[in-house]
Amino acid sequence: MPLLKGGKPVNDPWVHVADEVAIPATGAVIVGLKRWRRERESLLKRGHPVGVRLKSNHTAGDVADDLDHLGVIALAFPVFTDGRAYSNARRLRERHGYQGEVRAIGNVLADQYLFMQRCGFDAFEVREGDGEKGWDKATGMISVFYQPAADDQQSVASLRHRD
Amino acid sequence: MTEEEQVALKIFTANRLSDGIVVFLCGDGSWTEAPDASGVIGSTDMETRMKAVADAAEEAAIVVGPYPIEVSNEGGDVRPLSLRESIRAYGPTTHPEFAKQSAVANKGY
Amino acid sequence: MYRYDELDQRLVDERVEQFRDQVARRLAGEITEDEFKPLRLMNGLYLQLHAYMLRIGIPYGMLTSTQLRTLAEISRKYDRGYGHFTTRQCLQLNWPKLEETPDILAQLAKVQMHAIQTSGNSFRNVTADQYAGAAADEIEDSRIWAEIIRQWSTLHPEFSFLPRKFKIAVTGSPHDRAAVRFHDIGIVLHKAPDGEIGFEILIGGGLGRTPMIGQTLRKFLPKKHLLSYLEAMLRIYNLMGRRDNKYKARIKILVFELGIDELQKLIEDEWNEIKDGPLALPQAEIDRITEQFAAPPFQAPAPASPGTQVRKLDNPAFDDWVRVNVAEHKQPGYAIVNLSLKGLGRVPGDLTAAEMDSVADLSDQFSFGELRVTHEQNLVFAHVLEADLLPLWQSLSSLELTTPNLNMISDIICCPGLDYCSLANARSIPVAGRISTRFQDLKRQHDIGELRLKISGCINACGHHHAGHIGILGVDRSGEEYYQITLGGDAGENASIGKVIGPAFSSDDVIDAVETIVATYLEIREPGETFLASYRRIGEKPFKERLYPEPNHAAA
Repeated sequence: MPLLKGGKPVNDPWVHVADEVAIPATGAVIVGLKRWRRERESLLKRGHPVGVRLKSNHTAGDVADDLDHLGVIALAFPVFTDGRAYSNARRLRERHGYQGEVRAIGNVLADQYLFMQRCGFDAFEVREGDGEKGWDKATGMISVFYQPAADDQQSVASLRHRD
Repeated sequence: MTEEEQVALKIFTANRLSDGIVVFLCGDGSWTEAPDASGVIGSTDMETRMKAVADAAEEAAIVVGPYPIEVSNEGGDVRPLSLRESIRAYGPTTHPEFAKQSAVANKGY
Repeated sequence: MYRYDELDQRLVDERVEQFRDQVARRLAGEITEDEFKPLRLMNGLYLQLHAYMLRIGIPYGMLTSTQLRTLAEISRKYDRGYGHFTTRQCLQLNWPKLEETPDILAQLAKVQMHAIQTSGNSFRNVTADQYAGAAADEIEDSRIWAEIIRQWSTLHPEFSFLPRKFKIAVTGSPHDRAAVRFHDIGIVLHKAPDGEIGFEILIGGGLGRTPMIGQTLRKFLPKKHLLSYLEAMLRIYNLMGRRDNKYKARIKILVFELGIDELQKLIEDEWNEIKDGPLALPQAEIDRITEQFAAPPFQAPAPASPGTQVRKLDNPAFDDWVRVNVAEHKQPGYAIVNLSLKGLGRVPGDLTAAEMDSVADLSDQFSFGELRVTHEQNLVFAHVLEADLLPLWQSLSSLELTTPNLNMISDIICCPGLDYCSLANARSIPVAGRISTRFQDLKRQHDIGELRLKISGCINACGHHHAGHIGILGVDRSGEEYYQITLGGDAGENASIGKVIGPAFSSDDVIDAVETIVATYLEIREPGETFLASYRRIGEKPFKERLYPEPNHAAA
């Protein structure tokens, strides 16, 4: 699947490894949460970058203690209407101060890019054919933000009362 | 009885995507605001065929949410059987003046 | 009245273009209905029984005369010349075309209106007390806080895909006219002993399939913490609300399943993390918004004009109207006027384009060019000079908007029902009409007194039947329309949920059933006792016995 970062398609250095598949000896891998918990020591000893995939019923708290070891956290949208990942992304950024990559996976559609970005997502696995043009349009159409979020957009209230 | 007589009469209905107006599928694949006898289904074979046509129209962004409803057919006068589908076909009972002219003439509930 | 600044205006303008693009992509088949549906719902556009339905937001029910004229123009140009005011202070149009909806929204944006988030699994219209800024019993103007919440909740990136819809209501008076106890979050303004004004936060109220009364989550929340507290509540709901079953997805179910104490702990843990962050409201912004709701330039009262002098003993119709439809204003010399949209033969809550224009003109003449929509589907001119009541009544009478039936049995809350709504099981509007006809004698209505009758065409309860003194719920019995009656519900500060009285009545029998209930009340009531008070005193038994008499044992 194409990966968008910074609004552009990029090569993906990470590989998703399914639960029942052997972890390759080298390379950056993303594993599921259960596997991370079970094989944490060996994954860390492996000495290559590792990331974790969270389902929509997992929480940021499930990986909060390991954030220093994780290069990417992929949050799943099983259907785009399941909005739990938005809260988890914000918690990762704002509560836990996570600086690594927060990646949107699953049913990731252009009309939600802006919401995702505002909540702290900075990487997006998108459908074939969804690319740069959709990104620019989707994130460019709204320029007024009433509420503070995980991005650095100035909220309306703070703009109104700049001292 | 033949198989045709045993099957309740049906027709496919949907909302037109562009304006939301209730429409009915005709035998030739077109959609009209009044149910047309050419679209009345009397056999499971025909229902299967018409369903494919309806689904294709949804795929083609012409209609939304097609489904079959039961109707009566008195010599070409096709009417939905249920109150709900009658209201869909003819308009709100509270505002008879908004009843769809093309569908109604002297039709009541 | 809140006036958009350049930022507010830019947002609605950008939103229109965003939706215009989404509609174009949908019509071209570039996105599917499944992908498009939440997007159109977030712009208030439903696909209903006959056609699309557009729900236009009227934040906390406030309209200027200019806005009302625009609604008239839109209903003429793009619809069938009328609109329907809803139980959440919105306006619905029943025949907009998808391809024209962006133009409708553009026209609304020109007068600082929109349909943003009037549907969808996000925040809905924030509603408030229709007497805000005028009521004699007001602690503080609820509209200030409704507007602050409206802005914070608009295009909130974290909460646009909640498990289900989310409804917030605010009351600034202890006498609750906004039904806050039946909202996901209800906010009640209180004054602490030291004079500080803050919020009681209620959680988990709602109607629908599982009616519940909201519980107090926090007794007193200082003003500056409002948004951070709401954000914590919503975050917990977003993460923990059920997503497996649409009928169990509201926050009230989370309250029920976890218990209020456990839920409060989760929310307050979250809140403690964020309460000193950027959501703390700057006093300057509170002040800016408060100023927007400053009182209009009231005239000093003429020297001797107590309210009672308004009565003209040779005009009993005017007298009745003042007594029933006019409420006390906090400013001497002024009054609050209710415009009844429930006259005989009217569809509850409907107003034609011509009527909208006339009402807009009258609001300019008599009420500083503003009016309010109530959740009971009537209108309010909040600031009318007592000296103007007679000329206003005369003008409104020619429009037939002066039926003196506020809170009487013919002041019915009624959803659109099966005539319009794809969710409905039965029609509701004709039942309201027949009840209104049966009880049309005003003397009789006034003798009966306050009796709030509410009708829903299905269990989703948009007609608030659970909160009716008499509630009527339309059900489908083998393709026939039947009506189940509940008694003893109420939406005010002593909220209660109506109790089903027995098996449903056929369409033919339901009006007689209402007649029987009323007759029973008149028989058992004590002097000065309202229907609700009688019911609460005596219970369902006498009503049940009269409605469902035992078969005659002597019959062969």
